[in-house]
Amino acid sequence: MAALFYILAALSVISALTVVGARNPVTSVIALVVCFLSIAAHYVLLNAQFLAMVHVIVYTGAIMVLFLFVIMLLNLNKPDGPRKSLAMRLAAAVAGGLLFITLAAAVRQGVQIPPAAGFDPGVGLVRSVGHVLFTEFLLPFEVSSVLFLSAIVGVVMLAKKDKDGTDQATDITEAERARRAA
Amino acid sequence: MEQGILTAIRTVPLDHYVLLSFLLFGIGAAGVALRRNTIIVLMCIELMFNSVNLLLAAFSAHHSDPRGQVFVFFIMLVAAAEVTVGLSILVMMKRIVDSVDVDQMNRLKG
Repeated sequence: MAALFYILAALSVISALTVVGARNPVTSVIALVVCFLSIAAHYVLLNAQFLAMVHVIVYTGAIMVLFLFVIMLLNLNKPDGPRKSLAMRLAAAVAGGLLFITLAAAVRQGVQIPPAAGFDPGVGLVRSVGHVLFTEFLLPFEVSSVLFLSAIVGVVMLAKKDKDGTDQATDITEAERARRAA
Repeated sequence: MEQGILTAIRTVPLDHYVLLSFLLFGIGAAGVALRRNTIIVLMCIELMFNSVNLLLAAFSAHHSDPRGQVFVFFIMLVAAAEVTVGLSILVMMKRIVDSVDVDQMNRLKG
């Protein structure tokens, strides 16, 4: 069972690298789906069954479908043309690597992670997570619904057009858009 | 099966989850700096969210405390809202400048 962790870890890292490296956005999306599914498997391995289910439903089911939908809507499903210069790409890769090395070294040297005290196997089940969510975290839970409402209103405002076809967010008219597209 | 999962929680050291999570975070951060396609930048941000979620879930399982998993739940909520707004901004950007290149978005540059 412990070997499963390392296989899944390798899968998530390889798919994450594919997300960053792939030239075609659709390849990136599919790699990110693989990465999210492997993270869901990590949750199962941690006995966090509620999280695993919610993760598959929210990320793989909703968010990644939204990404694919936008890619298809905007016709981005072809390898993208312009890339950053080689120096910029090298600098970005080195910066990411250095971030990892710094964090890893900080954990190795400075921070002591205390071992778990009493071990409770039922901690990730719906019963215990739901109990904490609806007692201790009830107010944040309700506030998050307001967050969603504001996100909905914001998105509608961004995408809405007036009766004559002018964008509400940018005041770009139909004629101006046609001129730009030509 | 369940017994196997429980031994896995005990046998895989927490350090390895921490390292995996840092690795995923580093890949995501490098991707944000590396790519010019806005949609891939958004996906890399999702990757960073998920590495943090994994870390919280691992600590929660190792400390037998469900609060960490409730935090992961809230991060997922915020990520979902962020993605809807981010993608609608992306659609607007495509409509206005007819491109999804982040380097095009430089009008606020001083």
